[in-house]
Amino acid sequence: MGKPKTYLRPMTGWWRRNPFYRSYMIREFSSVLVTVYALILLFGLYRLFQGQAAFDAWRAALATPGSILFHLLVLAAFFYHAWTWFEIMPKTMPFIRLGGRRVPDNAIVASGAAAAVALSILLFGLVWWVTR
Amino acid sequence: MAETKTIEIECLRYHPGTDSEPRYQAYQVPFTEDMSVLQGLQYIKDHLDGSLTFRWSCRMAVCGSCGMMLNGIPQLSCHAFLRDYHPGRLRVDPLNHFPIMRDLAIDQTDFLRKLATVKPYIFPGEQKTPAQGEFLQTPGQMDDYYQYSQCINCLLCYAACPQYGLNPEFTGPAALALLHRYNADSRDAGTPERMEVVNAEDGVWGCTLVSYCSEVCPKGVDPARAINQNKINSTKDYFFRFLTPRGGK
Repeated sequence: MGKPKTYLRPMTGWWRRNPFYRSYMIREFSSVLVTVYALILLFGLYRLFQGQAAFDAWRAALATPGSILFHLLVLAAFFYHAWTWFEIMPKTMPFIRLGGRRVPDNAIVASGAAAAVALSILLFGLVWWVTR
Repeated sequence: MAETKTIEIECLRYHPGTDSEPRYQAYQVPFTEDMSVLQGLQYIKDHLDGSLTFRWSCRMAVCGSCGMMLNGIPQLSCHAFLRDYHPGRLRVDPLNHFPIMRDLAIDQTDFLRKLATVKPYIFPGEQKTPAQGEFLQTPGQMDDYYQYSQCINCLLCYAACPQYGLNPEFTGPAALALLHRYNADSRDAGTPERMEVVNAEDGVWGCTLVSYCSEVCPKGVDPARAINQNKINSTKDYFFRFLTPRGGK
């Protein structure tokens, strides 16, 4: 008996077909924005090496309305990225048991997110205190 | 007598002998509150069009035969009710990402081949005769794999996985979840036998954690977790091969 004739449907536009896929694509795209932000910071470090005039020019470029708008967009992407990162965190780990009971996934998500918020506040406070 | 309403069910039709590509055909199906989508399709086959082809068997979400795309979402058609789609229209497609054999029946050959590659059976660490007693296990040890053992091979997770659609070589959610089910079993010593499948480019590394597989599973299996835990195991396996004289075995 030969192989029966079949029809394979094309994948074109697959991520537009389901809201779940759309949020997955936004999650993945947010990592691109996070990378761009990291590169901008890294470029700032490079400008600092070049001297004060170069560093001041970099800082002035950051203060333009276009740059501020971009950074607000990146901030939103950061929040979304961080949240989705914690949301899928339980999927990446073996079962954790405390006192013989399995730690529920939402507790892992919540403690991850809470740690991120606490550390962000701590870091923000520290920078505030150093630069005051 | 329960109240009868009518719903339009649109099915994808494909006849390999006569069609070059699939087309939709709509049917007006009378239904009562308690009728599943599968019963709607059976009504079509019995009363409207005997040529409509689809798979089913148990009618109670146990056998895993009747998976289909219901309005674009992978579901068991016996596990969904027509009343939830009324007064709208219901569009039924064969499971995504699989080649269509005819109408709503897909070709599962690829999955069955992959299932065999994960060696889904226990390799006992020590050979015992029945006289020597059972292989014992604590409830905690059973909890490590029990959820993964609930898989009924219905393939909804493959229909949910865009990575499988984009790269059919990817071993995929159910096969990797079953692989983990045996690796996580305290009575099993077959992990080294299965690491080649885990480590392959098309093994766990083919997954990008879309995690829709775990979302659509009708039996509460979490394939995304099984796969992504094994990325850790695969990484360890890779490094231990350099660090230990026996190559991590």
